Amino acid sequence: MNLLSLNNLSLSIHNFQILKGVTFDIAAGEIVAVTGESGSGKSMTALAAMQLLPQGAETTGHITLGDQDLTTLTESQLCGIRGNEIGMVFQEPMTALNPVKTIGNQVAETILLHERTSKAEAGKRAAETLTRVGLPQDRFPLSRFPHELSGGQRQRVVIAMAIARHPRLLIADEPTTALDVTTQAQILDLLTRLAREDGMGLMMITHDLAVVADMADRIIVMRNGEVVEQGETKTLLREMHHPYTRMLFAASSHKVTLPESRATGPLLEVKGVCRDYRTPRTTFFGQPGHFRAVNNVSFTLNRGERLGLVGESGCGKSTLTRALLGLEQVQKGTITLAGEPVFTGNKPNLAVRRHMQVVFQDPFGSFNPRHRVARQITEPFHLLDDPPTGAARQKAIDEALTAVGLKPSDANKYVHEFSGGQRQRIAIARALIIRPDLILFDEAVSALDVSVRAQILDLLVDLCAAYDLSYLFISHDLSVVRTITDRVLVMKSGEIVEQGATEDVFTAPQHPYTKTLIEAAPVLPEIQGLTA
Amino acid sequence: MLRYSLKRLLSLVISLAVASLVIFAVIEVAPGDPASFMLGMNAQPETLAALRSELGLDVSKPERYLAWIGGMLTGDFGTSYTYRTPVAEMVTQRLWVSLPLALYALTLSTLIAFPAGIYAAARRGRAGDIGVMGATQLGVAVPNFWFAMMLVLLFAIKLRWFSAGGFAGWQDGPWPALRSLTLPAVALALPQAAILARVMRSALLDVLGEDFIRTARAKGLTARQALWRHGLRNAMIPVLTIIGLQFSFLLAGGIIIEQVFYLPGLGRLIFQSISARDLIVVESVTMLLVFAVIFVNFAVDLAYAAVDPRLRART
Amino acid sequence: MNRNLIFGGALSAIFIAAALISFVWTPYTYTGMNIPDRLLPPGGAHLLGTDHFGRDILSLIMVGARTSIAVALVAVGIGISLGVPLGLWAAARRGSLVDEIIMRGNDLVFAFPSLVIAILITAVFGAGAINAIIAIGIFNIPVFARITRGAALSLWEREFILAARVAGKSAARISFEHILPNVTNLLIVQGTIQFSLGILAEAGLSYVGLGAQPPTPSWGRMLADAQTMVSIAPHMALMPGFAIILTVLGLNLMGDGLRDYLDPRLRVARA
Repeated sequence: MNLLSLNNLSLSIHNFQILKGVTFDIAAGEIVAVTGESGSGKSMTALAAMQLLPQGAETTGHITLGDQDLTTLTESQLCGIRGNEIGMVFQEPMTALNPVKTIGNQVAETILLHERTSKAEAGKRAAETLTRVGLPQDRFPLSRFPHELSGGQRQRVVIAMAIARHPRLLIADEPTTALDVTTQAQILDLLTRLAREDGMGLMMITHDLAVVADMADRIIVMRNGEVVEQGETKTLLREMHHPYTRMLFAASSHKVTLPESRATGPLLEVKGVCRDYRTPRTTFFGQPGHFRAVNNVSFTLNRGERLGLVGESGCGKSTLTRALLGLEQVQKGTITLAGEPVFTGNKPNLAVRRHMQVVFQDPFGSFNPRHRVARQITEPFHLLDDPPTGAARQKAIDEALTAVGLKPSDANKYVHEFSGGQRQRIAIARALIIRPDLILFDEAVSALDVSVRAQILDLLVDLCAAYDLSYLFISHDLSVVRTITDRVLVMKSGEIVEQGATEDVFTAPQHPYTKTLIEAAPVLPEIQGLTA
Repeated sequence: MLRYSLKRLLSLVISLAVASLVIFAVIEVAPGDPASFMLGMNAQPETLAALRSELGLDVSKPERYLAWIGGMLTGDFGTSYTYRTPVAEMVTQRLWVSLPLALYALTLSTLIAFPAGIYAAARRGRAGDIGVMGATQLGVAVPNFWFAMMLVLLFAIKLRWFSAGGFAGWQDGPWPALRSLTLPAVALALPQAAILARVMRSALLDVLGEDFIRTARAKGLTARQALWRHGLRNAMIPVLTIIGLQFSFLLAGGIIIEQVFYLPGLGRLIFQSISARDLIVVESVTMLLVFAVIFVNFAVDLAYAAVDPRLRART
Repeated sequence: MNRNLIFGGALSAIFIAAALISFVWTPYTYTGMNIPDRLLPPGGAHLLGTDHFGRDILSLIMVGARTSIAVALVAVGIGISLGVPLGLWAAARRGSLVDEIIMRGNDLVFAFPSLVIAILITAVFGAGAINAIIAIGIFNIPVFARITRGAALSLWEREFILAARVAGKSAARISFEHILPNVTNLLIVQGTIQFSLGILAEAGLSYVGLGAQPPTPSWGRMLADAQTMVSIAPHMALMPGFAIILTVLGLNLMGDGLRDYLDPRLRVARA
């Protein structure tokens, strides 16, 4: 008996087709992963199952829960089902909770909505549910407000709200995407445990195939609003009939071969760097406190070397990046590029900066929407005493764009005409145009779909061969760092806890934290004969 | 919470101090000597000197500022140059008109705006929303004193439900007084209600787009329940800000409306004093108005903290 | 193009055109008193009637539009030219003492409603259109400073600003090269709204005698004149009132329309 059946479900919003004939089932107690890249329609499938679609959405086909066709129910009947028979967990725990209500209140609300019971009884049940999701009452009383909890803890509260009434089906839409890798592992364990204990169907929406392969009983692969392939996890991984499925898995475990590193002398030298932030005063007339975001960090990056820096959010890697760029002054220690300090007096040392460029994470926020590509990528020329003009400038633009796989004619377009992956290529062109000695990649591929990410990684390899790049690759994504760097630093709470040759660190981590990180990271099973 | 309040209080005191300096400085720039203005061209030098000393004009500027501020703090607002009566007395009398008028208008404005804004937000894009928004668009464009004239024309001259102006006073109980404040309050309130309703609607719509509203819907709340239980309180911060700002507009707007209805409030006092160059009255009444505005904003800041637990925790 | 923008723009254009035409032509001379023709109702030779001196109300409204538009426009100009740089500066030095002083200063100005500023100025320098401009203009400064700073703050967090900093550009240069163009839309919309508020404020100030002085015609003064006549000649109050309402309505609708038109998110949705 199927718990949830989607039968030939199509959906359009304002006449724009989102889903096309989606058909699949979820059985009671079964964990089903729906996966695909952005635009595949996986999240909209989840919202359709909840019947929480945006305005202007029109559906055809059927969504059956047990023996009820959800598409035929009235809104008030649906309200009786949501939270009661279907629970849902969302991607962004930081905003999924009402900031002005206590967590107890919000969990109890689910219970009070669907049962006639006293507030006290609902509160007691809320406490039990919170304990069950790993928020015991002695440390997380009902009176806590969301802002007093971390992201992972908030996600537990959201899960508690979703399962408080023991629904038959739980839908989790990218529940761990916003979380750190160690927290992710805990939340995934929790979801699996709850599904197994309660015999609850779990629809897991995720873009991360490694997560899928670990926990799902069945996998549904979607692309452009259609199901391209579905099947038992083991069978699907073994057979992979559809070329898109193959491409997706190949891209997810994409490995590149860096050209041999010809590391010569030290290029970037970081010695005993500390970076403090002021925290608000704790007493009215007291001194402001200090928070040490980067603590006594030392390392060297050699010319021609590809160095990685991994760590979870809040570990200080962004702060360190800003300090390396000379954007902020450090409180202790020295940072030098080819022997010259990046920060002199109270000012960034622009003479050094011209040898250093950066590529950021967000392919959408990295560009001024009002300027054309040519103006965007030539911005670093500002650092040169004698920037090229006229034909020389044009030649530099053409070369940079060609080097990253774009056309010289793209220079006259605006960035909104490009896809995310193309924008990231433009960002790399901007970094390359003054031929810097060092490039910092700050989570540069983290926001990209796996297939695009694979292409950008290939591009980096090509550029390494062509330009003898030296770079620092900062990322939370262990699998990417593993393939694209020669040596790696592991950062935790503002300190470098381990460093060494990348393969050595990954195969034989020394520090307990590195071990935890590597164990927590979900990995795809080795699949033979895949090429992206 | 205590630290937050203390911080706000400190900022209140600093604002008041700076505001009083500004007002004092501006009035000081005024050309002409009030004493010679009062006595006319042919005054005897001795009389002039005596009056100057009586008015406290014969000491240095810092001393005069301190005397003025010290007086204000102890309730002594100085003596009117023209009437020779204590300003405090004159102001108290007028406050009994202006303050009730502003509060009356604020109450009306809130009572109209909240339901209208909530209704429009709940029916976003539908006929009800478009109707309410059209009405507010018009309401925002109407000058309140013109609206007041129209109210007089309709309700006082044509229908004779209210008197066209004047103030009945509080001596016969609240009803006659409130009755004579009703048309002025309506005239003040409706344009403000239009603004407030628009703010309420857009604040609610912003909140209704937040993730936690979707979470609430996923629990099984209806759209209406989600709006009332989760939307409203989160939308209150921008709304409170506007209510705070509106109080100052209502006090100031009251000055103009008092002219339309011949109400003996602070507004009339100010205009009489300006034409009589009774600058000490202008100075003190302006300070009082500014104090009211700053104080209301302080109260709004405290209200934020009551609404938002994140503010209670921080700072 | 949307309906708000077309309708609001047309309304505003009519009044701006009326103000401009009044420089070269009005149906009657607006100073011409003609006691026998006083208090004529609308229609006939005087389209909108005459006032208690027999002056043609349409002519007065046309010339009055000049005063209203000039006062409001210059006041918005003051607000933008002082408020926007202050807002940009505060955002560039966010969290610093400069920022704190600018923002506290803003709060302080907000404590002086424009009417109170006008009262203070009038008490000291006497009444006049210039004082109305200054009073409304001062009140506009914190409005623009605040909105600029708010928008600029979120822009400073964006990565393209970080990229510009990496390219070694100074905060001032980034403010004008990257921040300002990205807040322009917002400023245009707010400018339209402040323009309409300025017209309302000018009318109020003139009504209580703190604005334009006779013989300069202004809508607020026409209403002040109409007050004593309202029972016998309501058109004297109605006509200038409609002029104010339609102008303000037009500008507000245009502001809403511009906001929708200039918002790139909405434009993408439409495409």
